[in-house]
Amino acid sequence: MSNNKRALKGGEFLIKDVDYTQVFIPEEFTEEQKMIAESCRDFIQQRVLPNVEELDKHNLDLLIQLMKEAGEMGLLGISVPEEYGGFGQNFVTAMRALEEIGKGFSFAVAYAAHTGIGTLPILYFGNQEQKQKYLPKLATGEYIGAYALTEPEAGSDANAGKTKAVLSEDGKYYILNGTKMWITNAGIADVFIVYAKIDDDPNLSAFIVEKNTPGFKLGQEEEKMGIRGASTRQIFFEDAKVPVENLLGERNKGFKIALYILNLGRIKLAGATIGAAKGAINYSVDYAKQRKQFGTYIANFGAIKHKLAEMVIRTFVTESLTYRASQNIEDEEEALKQEGMDKDRAAIEAIRQFAIEASIAKVFGSEALDYVVDEAVQIHGGMGYSAEMPVERAYRDSRINRIFEGTNEINRLVIVGELLKRGMKGEYDLLTPAKEVAKELMAIPDFGKGSEDYFEKKHKLVKNFKKAILMVAGAALQKFGQAFQEEEEIIMNVADMLMLTYATESTLLRVEKLSKMYDPEKLAIYKDILDVFSFDTAWKMYKIGVDTINAFAKGDEQQAMLMGIKRFTKVDPVNTKDARRRIANKLIDDGFYNF
Amino acid sequence: MKILVLISNVPDTTTKVKFKDNKFDTTGVQWIINPWDELALTRALELKKESNGKIEKVAVAMVAEKSAEPTIRKALAMGADEAYRIDTTAKDSYSTAAELAEALKDKDFDLIMAGLESSDYNGLSVGAMLAELLGINSVSAVSGLEFDGEKFIVKRDIEGGYEKLTVQTPFVAVVQKGIAIVPLIPNMRGIMMAKRKPIHVIPAKGVEPLIEMVEFELPKPKPPVKLVETAEELINLLHNEAKVI
Repeated sequence: MSNNKRALKGGEFLIKDVDYTQVFIPEEFTEEQKMIAESCRDFIQQRVLPNVEELDKHNLDLLIQLMKEAGEMGLLGISVPEEYGGFGQNFVTAMRALEEIGKGFSFAVAYAAHTGIGTLPILYFGNQEQKQKYLPKLATGEYIGAYALTEPEAGSDANAGKTKAVLSEDGKYYILNGTKMWITNAGIADVFIVYAKIDDDPNLSAFIVEKNTPGFKLGQEEEKMGIRGASTRQIFFEDAKVPVENLLGERNKGFKIALYILNLGRIKLAGATIGAAKGAINYSVDYAKQRKQFGTYIANFGAIKHKLAEMVIRTFVTESLTYRASQNIEDEEEALKQEGMDKDRAAIEAIRQFAIEASIAKVFGSEALDYVVDEAVQIHGGMGYSAEMPVERAYRDSRINRIFEGTNEINRLVIVGELLKRGMKGEYDLLTPAKEVAKELMAIPDFGKGSEDYFEKKHKLVKNFKKAILMVAGAALQKFGQAFQEEEEIIMNVADMLMLTYATESTLLRVEKLSKMYDPEKLAIYKDILDVFSFDTAWKMYKIGVDTINAFAKGDEQQAMLMGIKRFTKVDPVNTKDARRRIANKLIDDGFYNF
Repeated sequence: MKILVLISNVPDTTTKVKFKDNKFDTTGVQWIINPWDELALTRALELKKESNGKIEKVAVAMVAEKSAEPTIRKALAMGADEAYRIDTTAKDSYSTAAELAEALKDKDFDLIMAGLESSDYNGLSVGAMLAELLGINSVSAVSGLEFDGEKFIVKRDIEGGYEKLTVQTPFVAVVQKGIAIVPLIPNMRGIMMAKRKPIHVIPAKGVEPLIEMVEFELPKPKPPVKLVETAEELINLLHNEAKVI
């Protein structure tokens, strides 16, 4: 792809501007990446979609069969290096594949759990023997993988897990005792990555546990709201004998593995939401073009067009920010390798570097999808409530995305917490820009005529969003000091502002890059998307900013900041109604998501 | 034995067809292997796989400009061993068949497979014309193809049933529905290998087309549909409104 073209550090987007040439956009996929995506799409269409109903009845044999077929096609080994029987594809390619698989309802969950959290811990943290033993089987689907971190009393607070491991008297085994729950793929997996604390260690350790381990037991299939076709169970360890050589990574360092894998799982989840959203949009536009009321197709109604357009916009934005971050991760990994870092370590460090963006993608993508499936049901009216329709399943299946891979609340804490941590560590300077904004607040506003250039104006808007964040968060930090972390409502707000800003910037950079590839006629619809999204964001930023300021500021400071937030979120008027109509009309004309 | 499958580069079947200046507007169009050709290639690859090495090669050929290479690459990813691209824009059935005949005359393929028709201009004639120009047999309406280790056995749909025949090689089989059930999906290995497989670019002879496209017209929008719930209602409508019974 690219050679050492690191744009920014993770989180640095808040204080540094990026050029459109420095971001990757989905319109730049290679011929090979497109072909891989097509194969994934065809596999889902031919093999998975005709079977989703049956899968939802907990038909695990069918699920295993489909996973094996995916394995035979090589789809389970996309990220696994060739030396272990995989195809050694880069990060963005794996994301693109996952996007297509994301249209496959529960199958997508089984696939993502296997290829991501089930396989990658061994790839990145396993020793040579462990890799040789497990990876070729995981890459081909001979083995199916699962990941067991959550416990009945340790969900978001994962390190509080009670599962214990003690060394056997002969020193050959770790004896595991405890319970894990919500384990995806539990009923079909051959290998589990299991976290437990050895003796009285403060932190977790990770183990590779095979399903035929004595003392390892499976619970019943959970009856869930959605993703019913994915196998989810509790697993129990009753003096389970796990060979000592199956300790994964170092003792007491398992929590680090867990965090790394979570970061990875988060951006991957965003990838899957893009596909799921496009799927739901396609079902919806198809229905809106067939369903007649009051003598006309419902696609002709403005109320429906508004929904269709907004579904497209949020999906387009998720796509813009997710692939931008994915390419950042890939470039960072390449750069670290070129600097001489071992390749597994480089992969780990690259994803850690972009943990903030991964959390943003997870939260934004899962919430965008929830909006999309909700309106998809609404467009279908009464039929949307019928289990006969795919959107009913999409609606139920979507909901888990805001919960697993760290709840969206935990992820919002991560977005802000990570940023502050890096600022404190001196990885970049947040203080000076925050002080400059505070100074600007006291100075007389610049009434000078700004640029009239379309993209320059949009860049200025994004720059102002960043100032708004620095102003609000900077003042809140100053006010609360150490107690800031207790102010979760404010943290949630700051996270939302960061997320919206990153989303707007990513969309802006994509459309700006497209302006160099497309003629004005073709570009117009993308400018509509950017116009509507950035306009809406400005007003959202204003409301969130005001709420946050009122939560802690008083007197002159409050007044100054309220004026500041107004100034920093000032946006030119946009006729969002007409812009949305144009977006919806293109969707209706094409008949499927084709942006 | 060697099989050649003729493939053509056509707009995705979900394409919304638009015209600009009486020409097909290709803006935003996704291109695919013509579905009939894709099924033909699928069957050819199945036969090769089952033949214990007796079918040693499956190649594809296309008359198209360079921009069609992603479609050719897809055929290679499905498993074709090599490809020929005759470097010109396909204009009509005759010039396409003539360019192919010229390019293939010394290539000694035992079986040439062509999809019944292409989903863009639906000419239905390249396969038969090519056989004629090459002076070899041609079998049409082929819905099944087997290989017994020495010869090809062709199944043809005929009125009220089907017939099976063996044909002397070389021959052209114009294939239709039934030749394969679903098109083969390229697997990861195929995709990775596709970039290393050769696409032989053959300069075109510049055969002039015999047909000139005069005008295009889009079909009229469909009249509204009335959904009928019961048989009685249907009979009533056919009798009283449509007055056909």
